[in-house]
Amino acid sequence: MRHFFEKQRNILDFTLSSLLRRRGKNLALVVVYTLVVFTLGSVMFFTQAIKKEAALILKETPEIIVQRLVAGRHELLPLDYREKIRQIRGVAAVKERLWGYYFDPVTRANFTIMSSPLCERGLILGKGVSDLLKAKSGSIISLRNHEGYYKHFNVRGVFDHDSALVSADLILISEENFRTLFGIPDGKATDLVVTVRNKKEVPTIALKIFQLLPDTRSIVRDGILGTYEAAFDWRGGIILVILAGAGLAFFIFAWDKAAGLSAEEKREIGILKAIGWETSDVLQMKFWEGLSVSLCSFLVGVLLAYGHIFFSGAAFFKPALMGWSTLYPEFRLTPFISAYQIAVLFFLTVVPYTVATIIPSWRAATTDPDLIMRT
Amino acid sequence: MIELEDIRKIFNAGRPNEFLALDGISLHIEAHQVTVLKGPSGSGKTTLLGLLGCMARPTSGRIMLRGREIAGLPERFPTEIRRKTFGFIFQQFNLVKGISVLENVMLPAYPLGERFSALRQRAHGLLEMFNLMSKAANRVEWLSGGEAQRVAIARALVNNPAIIIADEPTAHLDTRLSGEFMDIIKDFKAVGKTILIASHDPIVFDSGVVDRVVEMRDGKIIACGDA
Repeated sequence: MRHFFEKQRNILDFTLSSLLRRRGKNLALVVVYTLVVFTLGSVMFFTQAIKKEAALILKETPEIIVQRLVAGRHELLPLDYREKIRQIRGVAAVKERLWGYYFDPVTRANFTIMSSPLCERGLILGKGVSDLLKAKSGSIISLRNHEGYYKHFNVRGVFDHDSALVSADLILISEENFRTLFGIPDGKATDLVVTVRNKKEVPTIALKIFQLLPDTRSIVRDGILGTYEAAFDWRGGIILVILAGAGLAFFIFAWDKAAGLSAEEKREIGILKAIGWETSDVLQMKFWEGLSVSLCSFLVGVLLAYGHIFFSGAAFFKPALMGWSTLYPEFRLTPFISAYQIAVLFFLTVVPYTVATIIPSWRAATTDPDLIMRT
Repeated sequence: MIELEDIRKIFNAGRPNEFLALDGISLHIEAHQVTVLKGPSGSGKTTLLGLLGCMARPTSGRIMLRGREIAGLPERFPTEIRRKTFGFIFQQFNLVKGISVLENVMLPAYPLGERFSALRQRAHGLLEMFNLMSKAANRVEWLSGGEAQRVAIARALVNNPAIIIADEPTAHLDTRLSGEFMDIIKDFKAVGKTILIASHDPIVFDSGVVDRVVEMRDGKIIACGDA
């Protein structure tokens, strides 16, 4: 075994010397390669992280949300619906929610504002909102009410959350203040959240609610999850299709660089064979060569992609991926990567290049070494 | 030590450019002697050296090394024999450019899986023997012709082969360096190495160290005798 490792070490040593000799060519290759891994990695990390964000939110999402529709539009819902739904067998609890959006013309940000029993007076701000407005606990902020007047609120606290999407844009307010701010009369709510005793009965209860209250729609948690997944996969897919072109160009480039042995490289293989290297030794050398270039680019590319997505907020292509639902204020995705993603990226990049390096060398290495004596 | 029986080598067989390089060569090479293959360009010297050194296979005929047939063995075996039995000094030296003198000398031993420190020590010993220690870290392309040849010789010796094969070793050397090369050959002979040289240089085949001269022309042996 020691013999094997010493041999690999010696061959690797020579391989690294060889790579340094063709510094320009190999450096260009590593740069282009890293760029491709970076782009592919960024797309994968981004879509996965945003899906993960969605999953974090959905974990806390109620099983059923009931909304009232008028002419297909979301409308405020009378609170007596709450009692009607509570009568349905299998329903554990029904609770009304008051929430909406607030556009702040100064920061040009759109906040989600929600009533909460946690907040009897003043406001509690999400971390993102607090950062954007530079408001801390004790600060006073003004919100414009439905009549156009500004109303001042004390900031009571700032909260963080596992999901950046939640803490980025959420403002919690008391029910009374919410109604005053937006002019929502007592007896009306934005929607109702329904908790059921048996999770398996969710679709049945959703159907019963619809039969009982035909002007409502029930949004079930799995339905939201499916929509999110489809939306993120679709957007990730668009980018992947665009990237496929770039990827193809890279593979042509890599194939040309790796597959086309120069006369000098062929001569060297001849020398190695003439001085006692076996075909398999030459192939091992080429394997280490391909692996060094591709693994190095892979690691650098993955690290850059990680930094790009989770530290710079996917600065390069967030607008393309987010489409119309561009979120303000800015938020930073929670770092999340899976072994599966890394494995997919590895097999898409490292393996093809390493194979592309070995094949032409195999052809050169199987020729008789006496050819070198004639050159 | 090496026995050749009716060796024929045809290049590009069956094609319009078919070429008969060796035609019915039979030869016995003694151990611990210096044998020179002499002849003009195209006489088949280099082809014969290639076959003797297990670098290529004959089209027909038998090659016996220490009583063992080696011409028909699968690729792995001739490589093993080549690595352990032969050390090659090429006409163009064939050093690998861009790496150091030391690395070039160690190169044939890399696939043997020897401990790196032991290998480096042996290579240093060879460089010292050929007065090249000061050049150990230099790239080979910076060497003079004589230095490059001495590096090639050191490389040929790194696996301590029993047989040294040199193809036109003085072709790129002046008279003084050619003389020095023959002195090195004399030292090899003194330590019991078998030496095979292909050359049409009188400094080589007229040298007192040579035991036997085999004269070739058009792929055939036309004369064979003691020097």
